[in-house]
Amino acid sequence: MKKKYSIFNIVKNAFSNNENWKKMWRNPEPRKFYDIIIIGGGGHGLGTAYYLAKEHGLKNIAVIEKGWLGGGNTGRNTTIIRSNYLWDESAHLYEHSLKLWENLSSELNYNVMFSQRGVFNLAHNEHDVKEIKRRVSANKLNGIDSHWADPKQIKKLVPIMNIENCRYPVLGASYQPRAGTARHDAVAWGYAMRADEFGVDIIQNCEVKKIRTKNGKVYGVETTKGIIRAKRIGVVASGHTSVLAETAGIKLPLQSKTLQALVSEPIKPVINTVVMSNAVHAYVSQSDKGELVIGAGTDGYNSFTQRGGYNTIEDTLRAIIELYPIFGKMKMLRQWGGIVDICPDASPIISKCEIEGLYFNCGWGTGGFKATPGSANLFAHTVAKDEPHSINAPFSLERFVSGKLVDEHGAAAVAH
Amino acid sequence: MLLINCPYCGERDQIEFTNGGEAHVARPKNPDQVSDREWSEYVFVRANPKGIYYERWVHTHGCKKWFNAVRNTSTDEILKVYKIGDPPPPIKKFKNTLKSPSGEPDVGSGNFAVKKT
Repeated sequence: MKKKYSIFNIVKNAFSNNENWKKMWRNPEPRKFYDIIIIGGGGHGLGTAYYLAKEHGLKNIAVIEKGWLGGGNTGRNTTIIRSNYLWDESAHLYEHSLKLWENLSSELNYNVMFSQRGVFNLAHNEHDVKEIKRRVSANKLNGIDSHWADPKQIKKLVPIMNIENCRYPVLGASYQPRAGTARHDAVAWGYAMRADEFGVDIIQNCEVKKIRTKNGKVYGVETTKGIIRAKRIGVVASGHTSVLAETAGIKLPLQSKTLQALVSEPIKPVINTVVMSNAVHAYVSQSDKGELVIGAGTDGYNSFTQRGGYNTIEDTLRAIIELYPIFGKMKMLRQWGGIVDICPDASPIISKCEIEGLYFNCGWGTGGFKATPGSANLFAHTVAKDEPHSINAPFSLERFVSGKLVDEHGAAAVAH
Repeated sequence: MLLINCPYCGERDQIEFTNGGEAHVARPKNPDQVSDREWSEYVFVRANPKGIYYERWVHTHGCKKWFNAVRNTSTDEILKVYKIGDPPPPIKKFKNTLKSPSGEPDVGSGNFAVKKT
């Protein structure tokens, strides 16, 4: 692997006013034919191309992105990473991902600013307490570093939290110290740069209009830059996956909704961990710039507008102020929405389908960012070998027919 | 925020309503005879287009009555509301301004839907 970034490079480029840095990736025109096309240039898609080239030694791969890299949900999430999921299948999936996160900056030689600052999931009533304690025990059995924290311990780590004099007092929380945050753009850029080094063509501003099939096999894609043929196609288009699947005649059990997030004006460090609350429903962390990064639930109807309604923001901030009265007079700087694709069981789909050579990695819903390296790694395995890895085998499309769902609605530490 | 014209109460704020997902989903007439795959489609698969589609709403904080709507999911415009039992208006009646299945202009932009064309 070529190392583009080092202390010597930084010094050398400082002398030329940082004007001579090489481009991180090429901007090629698409070829007529690729062995593998990945649709979607976010973290999951670029990561898939990277692992296909690196771990499976495959060549002649393209990533096609309709906008710019990481401009969809990769750049719109609240960057929380954790693996404290209840069910074994999910725990294995997200823990696989968390282990890859822990080594990602050095693997890519690109700083993704992965910060293991810990995540609290608060309990506000008796039911929460019982449910969270059960989840903590399940996590421990799966080798995940989850524990129960009582209100005193929470108050010690997050002194600004109002745990007593409120309608929903904090009765405890699960705490995962290895969880944390990362810089989401850097994840897309790091994967893009290294995939490009392996010869992957990253084609931006090129929208796939239709997936073409012939005799039950994939033929290629129709794009705004013409028809590109391919032997295998991986669709990793988050909210738009079902729209693309429809063009190949496949109906996926997905619903696309808006998930909003917002950031405040930057302030001095006040919170050095991530706090999520299910019952009053809001989560908050503080970015390295000092902005509070805030998110909550989805808007209640299908939409592709990437905007969302004001009432959801109001609900979110009501919860934030209840927990942190200190934030009451702060100003919010920016707000945005991303289109998330939600499965009926709130678990993802990493799977083949009835069309030969067509693969889907979708349904990540409101929590896909944390899974980026794991999802990409397992999807690359699925595409390369034409069969799922044992970790993503339970996340097949078939589960909706067999009924063996991985029901993480409510079980996954936050409501979806 | 959307204004929704409840067929019983008139125009009200969207937060008074709850969305009920796709409308006109028919339950198979002979559930014991359909295959697992067909049953799975009925239970789990719902239309999710970027564009115009039929959906249900209920006026939760008002008359509490269910009704149907035709909405463009790429702009959130509600094109028509009609009562349960009324025949669905043909979708072709409404002009879809989208150029491609995912609704992007020739050179992609994630925020196309915000711009008025």
